[in-house]
Amino acid sequence: MKKDMTCIMCPIGCQMTIEGSEGNYTVTGNSCKNGEKYAIEEMTAPKRIIPTTVVVKDALIARCPVKTAAPVPKEKIFDIMDVINKVVLTAPVHIGDVVIKDVLDTGVDVVATKTMPRVN
Amino acid sequence: MIYNVVILGGGPAGLAAAVAAKKEGAENVLILERDRELGGILNQCIHNGFGLHTFGEQLTGPEYAERYINEVVQLKIPYELNTMVLDLEDHGELKIIHAINEEKGYFPIETESVILTMGCRERTAGAIGIPGYRPAGVYTAGAAQRFMNMEGYMAGKEAVILGSGDIGLIMARRMTLEGAHVQAVCEIMPHSNGLVRNVVQCLDDYDIPLKLSHTISFIHGKDRVEGVTVMKVDKETLKPIPGTEEFIKCDTLLLSVGLIPENEITRKAEVAIDGKTNGPVVGELRQTNMPGVFACGNVVQVHDLVDFVSEESVLAGEGAAKYIKGELDTEINFDTKNGDGISYVVPQHVALKNVEDSITFYMRVRKVFPNHTVKAYLNGEVIAKKNAPKFLPAEMVNFKIKRSLLEKYPNGEITFIVEEKPEKKIKL
Repeated sequence: MKKDMTCIMCPIGCQMTIEGSEGNYTVTGNSCKNGEKYAIEEMTAPKRIIPTTVVVKDALIARCPVKTAAPVPKEKIFDIMDVINKVVLTAPVHIGDVVIKDVLDTGVDVVATKTMPRVN
Repeated sequence: MIYNVVILGGGPAGLAAAVAAKKEGAENVLILERDRELGGILNQCIHNGFGLHTFGEQLTGPEYAERYINEVVQLKIPYELNTMVLDLEDHGELKIIHAINEEKGYFPIETESVILTMGCRERTAGAIGIPGYRPAGVYTAGAAQRFMNMEGYMAGKEAVILGSGDIGLIMARRMTLEGAHVQAVCEIMPHSNGLVRNVVQCLDDYDIPLKLSHTISFIHGKDRVEGVTVMKVDKETLKPIPGTEEFIKCDTLLLSVGLIPENEITRKAEVAIDGKTNGPVVGELRQTNMPGVFACGNVVQVHDLVDFVSEESVLAGEGAAKYIKGELDTEINFDTKNGDGISYVVPQHVALKNVEDSITFYMRVRKVFPNHTVKAYLNGEVIAKKNAPKFLPAEMVNFKIKRSLLEKYPNGEITFIVEEKPEKKIKL
């Protein structure tokens, strides 16, 4: 199998081509090792960090930003969004607080990305 | 009390400048912020990708801001929130800032130096003059971002985005993740105006079409947006081509059509402005032509990465600290100029004695240049080169030149020019 892709590991954005089959891939067009790793991962198991928000009560603003603490499988993004959108937090919230543990058995937690003090 | 440094804006530029000024010996530093919290635009940029250069990791906007806010708190730098600056007055060694907030009403602040970090704002529908009514559902991408990420309101269900700037791309993904359908992103230029990784992760990932060389020629709907007419444009003249009209039904139109440095205070104070950047003319430590007034971040030039805003703001903070100690040199050795293919250069001039080891010139190319070199000419001679696989208008070029190299040359004008690389000779 052959696939063209744009590397996103840094702002250079190398145009890469990956060829081969499982366990034996050749990557061309990359200018560093990160590019090769990214291309193989995109081919075999693409993953993304999901940054989004959840409802928060008693804080200065109505939404608390959260993210998956590590990249999660791309095909699970919308299922994970459904789970995240059910969460309601109450301030105070601290940056790094676990909002959902091991979301959808991915082994990845959803964490808060902002400290939000309680406001009455 | 007379402050050493007062900073106008508590966004990424203001925070980094305040920290740098304090660390370099400015004792009394004050940050003035018009919003209800520090952090500026980073608070609504909840996506990841910030800090790769500064911290070597991918942070979200709020996380990036919090690192600097924590430093401001640790260094005990005071700040005033919900505070609007009305005017900056120059009285030579003393500057007076006229400010207003709910608690104190009007109050003047005296300071030895000022750092301008007001950032930039978005161009609106009015600025680009699309024909049609003015129905509900037309937002700038940043306004929609704030509604969704901070206030908790959904901007719409069926959206079209005009302009492929980074905020537009990010919002295409954001709306999709929250259940809306993004029909297309239209870009009048033949190339994207956003970072490559945003095109890949925000559009390609969700099969959102990027219509290059396309614009919106009409907004339909009287009370609420009912659709838009999209037209192909001529690549040279950028004028819509008759006969290419396509109607797209939608209830929301987001505009990501450029950012304008916010320099009302700067202009009123009669600080010199560069017509190419729409920001103040600055030197190597971001000093303006008004002694004691410095500027950094998006108020000087619209950056694409916050990391470079922080980098530039450290210079301004150090510059202000030097100024109050009387250590800032004022003899200008070099002016800079944008030559062929370059739209602007920052800083606009250099006092070499203030440069420590090297100086970074920031600039943007006018169009996509594959296989090109950016060259720095001084008095007709090439003194430095920068190569990249591809130069893109969306990605600021950082051109570093060592102080030791510049010391070898007499004073003059440094011109940056994009030149095609000569074809490689094949050895026989």
